[in-house]
Amino acid sequence: MRRHLPLLLAALLATLGAGTAGAARVELLNASYDPTREFYVEFNRAFAAHWKASTGDEVRVRQSHGGSGKQARSVIDGLPADVVTLALAYDVDALRRNGGLVPANWQSRLPDNSAPYTSTIVFLVRKGNPKNIRDWSDLVRPGVQVITPNPKTSGGARWNYLAAWAWAIRQPQATPASAEAYLRRLFANVPVLDSGARGASVTFVERGIGDVLLAWENEALLARSALGAGRFDIVMPSLSILAEPSVAVVDKVVDRKGTRRVAEAYLRFLYSKQGQELAAKHHFRVRDPQVAARSRAEHPEVAMVTIDQAFGGWDKANAAHFADGGSFDRIYRR
Amino acid sequence: MSRAAARRVLPGFGLTLGYTVLYLSLVVLIPLSATFLRSTELGLLRFWEVVTAPRVLASLQLSFGASLVAALVNAVFGFIVAWVLVRHEFPGRKLVDALVDLPFALPTAVAGIALTALYAPTGWLGTWLEPLGIKVAFTPLGIVVALAFIGLPFVVRTLQPVLAELDRELEHAAHGLGATGWDSFRLVVFPTLWPALLTGCALAFSRSVGEYGSVIFIAGNIPMVSEIAPLMIMTRLEQYEYAEATAIAVVMLLLSFGMMLGINALQLWAQRRQGAR
Repeated sequence: MRRHLPLLLAALLATLGAGTAGAARVELLNASYDPTREFYVEFNRAFAAHWKASTGDEVRVRQSHGGSGKQARSVIDGLPADVVTLALAYDVDALRRNGGLVPANWQSRLPDNSAPYTSTIVFLVRKGNPKNIRDWSDLVRPGVQVITPNPKTSGGARWNYLAAWAWAIRQPQATPASAEAYLRRLFANVPVLDSGARGASVTFVERGIGDVLLAWENEALLARSALGAGRFDIVMPSLSILAEPSVAVVDKVVDRKGTRRVAEAYLRFLYSKQGQELAAKHHFRVRDPQVAARSRAEHPEVAMVTIDQAFGGWDKANAAHFADGGSFDRIYRR
Repeated sequence: MSRAAARRVLPGFGLTLGYTVLYLSLVVLIPLSATFLRSTELGLLRFWEVVTAPRVLASLQLSFGASLVAALVNAVFGFIVAWVLVRHEFPGRKLVDALVDLPFALPTAVAGIALTALYAPTGWLGTWLEPLGIKVAFTPLGIVVALAFIGLPFVVRTLQPVLAELDRELEHAAHGLGATGWDSFRLVVFPTLWPALLTGCALAFSRSVGEYGSVIFIAGNIPMVSEIAPLMIMTRLEQYEYAEATAIAVVMLLLSFGMMLGINALQLWAQRRQGAR
């Protein structure tokens, strides 16, 4: 017996080792944009429980938040994010353009353009709508102050800008020149250009500047219910844009860390009933028709254009409006 | 202290110089050369195009202009603060002295948010200034206010030691020779102080030119009106244009370096002239 002791010990250790390997502990890092903070706190907890129940493994998801473009840059510069959940496809695509961290077909790897939840652009106005702001045409009236962030630095602001453009170009006898003239007048009414969406919300809500804030619908609903209960109304313009915040697994990172399986499951869980319900709870417009039907009251029907249909995709929209000498540069030229 | 004693305190000249060069290289020279290298990716034509874009030129003009105004404001008021702190004993002097360092210690974003909250049309000061037609927050004036806040300690802390060492006998002598208070300030005190004042202003100025955190909240960031040069760099970065961002950085670097060189030359000239007299 004594002679077998080392062997026994070794066998014991081996089983112990196998046991711990069976219930692995994994850590994921999700690089997201600003207004998803509250949503992902809850979603991560739900996913950890789901993953534990289905595989027995522990998973802890850490979050990083910031402006969408800044987050993409961090990942490009080496932030080891397993997944990115950003404000617009253009920022995810930046991971492909700068260093090929995701493959060219990243957007078709998941359903619905890799955007499990969506939102749209709405007007947040002061209680009772004292300036009677109903539609895009009201934003260029003299004496109306509009708050929107700088589209060069903020993903959310690009949606605002493109929504305004989409409306202007659909007016009778509109031309690109008349749409640009409309945006010039609109931005002449903007007293502060914050660099990000949250900054613009703070300017409007906390500092009390401006008559109308162009905002993500989910941010506007959050502002109305949480930040300033009863101080704001939401106005739905006649036409808006379908804002699709995109998600993607960062291939280069998950392949290095060996976390592909759990990272993919994490993103697929966003499309599950539970994931969709949580997104709906945090004021997003979700894809699941049944879940969406339940929050219809919060999200009135509105005519929406999409980035692909109205602008031919982000690359074209960016080149025409936000690149050097694009329409946004031109409207500030004297 | 004799020279022999000084030699014994630190090891030989070769070793210390080696450390100096290594340290300066690691902390200053290598990052700066990386900046220069990165911008060379662009090629001359594109570089010129980026740095002469109307918005960039406007922002450079604003950053350097507002920093200059703020430095001049601090030259006057920083001088008064330093004078009061050195020349007068009063209860709470130590406390006021410590307050001067606050802009050094405070995270700049905190300062920016506080100033914006104060000067916004709904803020404590803004509500009083707005009816008078004075707009501070979200205008170039707001930028000057933030930069004056940031620059104050540079002026005060450079002036204080020089003021403290100023021989008061000289003033008494001037007074004895029949000089008025203004004459002795103009002819005796100021000529000794002004190199230090210039140094303080130059430090405040160069710090202000690159200041981002405290300015960005109060600036308003309207293209051609209130966009500061560091914001133009951030804007380029947000668009994944690293080389273009560094091009603007290189121009700021060269401008700042040129001005520092000019100010040093001015000081040297002043000292020579004073020595010759």
